[in-house]
Amino acid sequence: MSAISRLAKALRRALLSAVPTALGVVVLSFLLLQLAPGDAADVMAAEAGSATEETMAALRASFGLDLPMLERLLAYLWGLAHFSLGFSPRFNMPVAELIAQRLPGTLALMGVSLALALVIGLALGAVMSAFAGRWPDRALSVVALLFYSIPGFWIGLMLIVLFAVKLGWLPSGGGGAIGSAATGLDGVLDRARYMILPGVSLALFYVAIYARLARAAMLEVKAQDFVRTAAAKGLSPAAVTLGHVLPNALSPIVTMAGLHFGGLMGGAVVVETVYSWPGLGRLSYEAVMSRDFSVLLGVLLLSSLLVMAANVTADLVQAWLDPRLERAS
Amino acid sequence: MSLSETADARSAATVARARALTPQAPADVPPEWSNVHAPDARKAATRSVVRPPDRRRALRAFLRNPNALVGVLLLAGVALAALLAPALFPGDPLAMVGRPVLWPAQNPRFPLGTDRLGRDVLAGLMHGARVSLAIGFAATAFALTTGVAVGAVAGYCGGRIDAALVKLVEIFQAVPGFILLIVLVAIAQPSTLTLVWAIALVSWPQVARLTRAEVRAVRAKEFVEAARSLGYGHGRIIVREILPNALPPIIVTASVMVATAILMESALAFMGLSDPNVVSWGSMIGSGRELLRTAWPLTAIPGLAIVVTVLALNLLGDGLNDALNPRLSAER
Repeated sequence: MSAISRLAKALRRALLSAVPTALGVVVLSFLLLQLAPGDAADVMAAEAGSATEETMAALRASFGLDLPMLERLLAYLWGLAHFSLGFSPRFNMPVAELIAQRLPGTLALMGVSLALALVIGLALGAVMSAFAGRWPDRALSVVALLFYSIPGFWIGLMLIVLFAVKLGWLPSGGGGAIGSAATGLDGVLDRARYMILPGVSLALFYVAIYARLARAAMLEVKAQDFVRTAAAKGLSPAAVTLGHVLPNALSPIVTMAGLHFGGLMGGAVVVETVYSWPGLGRLSYEAVMSRDFSVLLGVLLLSSLLVMAANVTADLVQAWLDPRLERAS
Repeated sequence: MSLSETADARSAATVARARALTPQAPADVPPEWSNVHAPDARKAATRSVVRPPDRRRALRAFLRNPNALVGVLLLAGVALAALLAPALFPGDPLAMVGRPVLWPAQNPRFPLGTDRLGRDVLAGLMHGARVSLAIGFAATAFALTTGVAVGAVAGYCGGRIDAALVKLVEIFQAVPGFILLIVLVAIAQPSTLTLVWAIALVSWPQVARLTRAEVRAVRAKEFVEAARSLGYGHGRIIVREILPNALPPIIVTASVMVATAILMESALAFMGLSDPNVVSWGSMIGSGRELLRTAWPLTAIPGLAIVVTVLALNLLGDGLNDALNPRLSAER
C-alpha cells in the first residue's frame, strides 16, 4: 500500500473517533460553566463597587445570562459553530480573540520545551543504553528520576535565582525586551533569550520520561539481528546508533510525545505564571483571579481540541514511521 | 476502534513483534540490578500469562532493592514529620511568632528561619507534610475506587457498556488534566475537600484504562471460565477471581498517583488555589516567591520538601514495579 493512502486511512480512522469525543468535551465544558458560582455580572458589579438590581438585570440580559439553560446550551453550540467562544466582560473582548492573541506564545513555549526534551532525552537515553547496567547508566537513571520528581514551577524559580539574580545572564521573565523594536535575527535572538529558562523548566520533567523510554526502546532494538549485521559489516558504533538503532527506537517515543501534549499544556500554565510569559497559561491565571469563567472554559475547550489534534498527528507520524502498524490494526 | 485504544493496541503489537524478534536479553545487563524507571516509561503491556502473585518472592525482591528501601525511608521520614507536627509545633503554623525574614540558622529558635510575616518556616514545613500526604493519599484512594470500578465493569462486560465507558474516559483524557483541575477548583472554591475531589476527578481515567486492559487480558482465561461454569455471579467473579490478578500494575500506579497528586496540589497552592487557612508547601513557595531576590531560601526549602516526598514515592513505585511485575521490568 502506498504511503499516502496509508496515511489517509489512518487519518480517517482517527477523525471518526475524535468527533464524538470533541462533542463530549463541549458538553462537559458547558456543564462546568453552568456550575460556576456567580456570573460575569456579579464580577463586574463587584469591580464597580456597587450595582443596583436593575443594573445587574440589564448586565445579565446584555450577556444573555437570563435565558433558560437549554437555550443557553443551544446558543453556546451555535456560537461554537461560528468559532465564537463567548464574550469576556472582564477583558471586554471576545474570548476567541483573546485566546488567539495568547495562543502563539504558549505554542512556541511548548514547542521549544518538547524539542528540548526530545533532544536531551534521546541523547541521555542513548548514553544510558550504551552503558546499560554500568555506572553512567545508574547515575543518569537517578538524575532522570530526580527530574521526574521536581515541580516545574519550583525549578523555574530556582533557575531565576541562579541565572537571573545571581549571575545576571538571562532575563527573569516576560516575553521580550520592553520597547524593543529589534527585528530579523536580533529580534529572534532577543525572544530566544526570554524563552530559555521557561523552556528548560517545562522540559525537565519530559526529559526524564524520554530518557527512560529511549533507553528501553534502544536496548530492545539493539538486540535485533539487523543491528548485529550493521556492526558486522564494519560500521562504527556511532553510525550504528544514529543510522540504525535510533530511527527504529523512535516509534514508542512519538506515541508518548503525542500523549504528553495535554500534560505539557497544563505544565505551561504554571510555568507561564512563574515567568509572566504572555501565553494561555497566564491568561487562565488572570481568568481564575477575576473569576472569568467564560475565558477559563474557552481555554479548556481549545486546549482539549489541540490535544486531540496532537493525538491524531502522533498517530499519523507513527503510521508514517512504521508501515507494519497497518497490518496490526 | 477508538483513538486511544488503537494507540494501545499498536504499541502492544510493536512490543510483541519486537519481542518475537528478540530471543534473549542483551547479556551485558546484570539481572540482579533493578533499574530506576520513570513511571511513564512503563509499558502498559497486557500480560499473556497469568500467574498467582508470589507474595514472599515479591517482598524479598522489594527488600533487596536499594532504591525501594531509600524510598521507604524517605517517605517514613516525611510521615514522621507529619505525625510529630502537632506535638512539636502545637501552635498555628500560620501565626506570626518572630521577626520577619530571618535566614536559616540566624536565630536558634527558628532553625529554618521565618518568612516575610514572621511565621516559622520549620513549623510550616512539618504541618505542610500533613496536608500534602493527606491530600495525596485521599485523592488517590478516591481515584482508585472509581477507576477500578469503572475499568472492571467496562473490561468485564464489553459491548455497549464498554464502548460508552471508554468514550467517557477518552473525553476526560482529551482534556488537559491540570487545566481541568484549575477550572474545577476555581468553580468549587478551594478547600482541602474540594482539592481531594478535584484531583481524584482528573486522575481516575488513567486507573480505569489500566484496569480495563488488565481485566480484558484475564477475562478469557480458563480459571474464569471455570468459575463461570461453577455458577458464580458476575460480582464474585470480578472481585474474587479477576481483580486479584489485575492488581499488581494497579498498586504500582497507585504509588505514582500519590506523587502526582502531591505535585498537582503544590502547583495549585502555588497559584493561590488552596485552602487559605491551611499551610501547604505550595502556598509557602507562592508567598516566598515575592522575596525571591532577597530571601531565596523561603522558596527553596518547601520546594526541597516536595522533591524529597515525590522522589520517595517514585522510588517506592519503582521498587514495587520490580517486585510485582518481574516480567515487565526485565531489561530487554
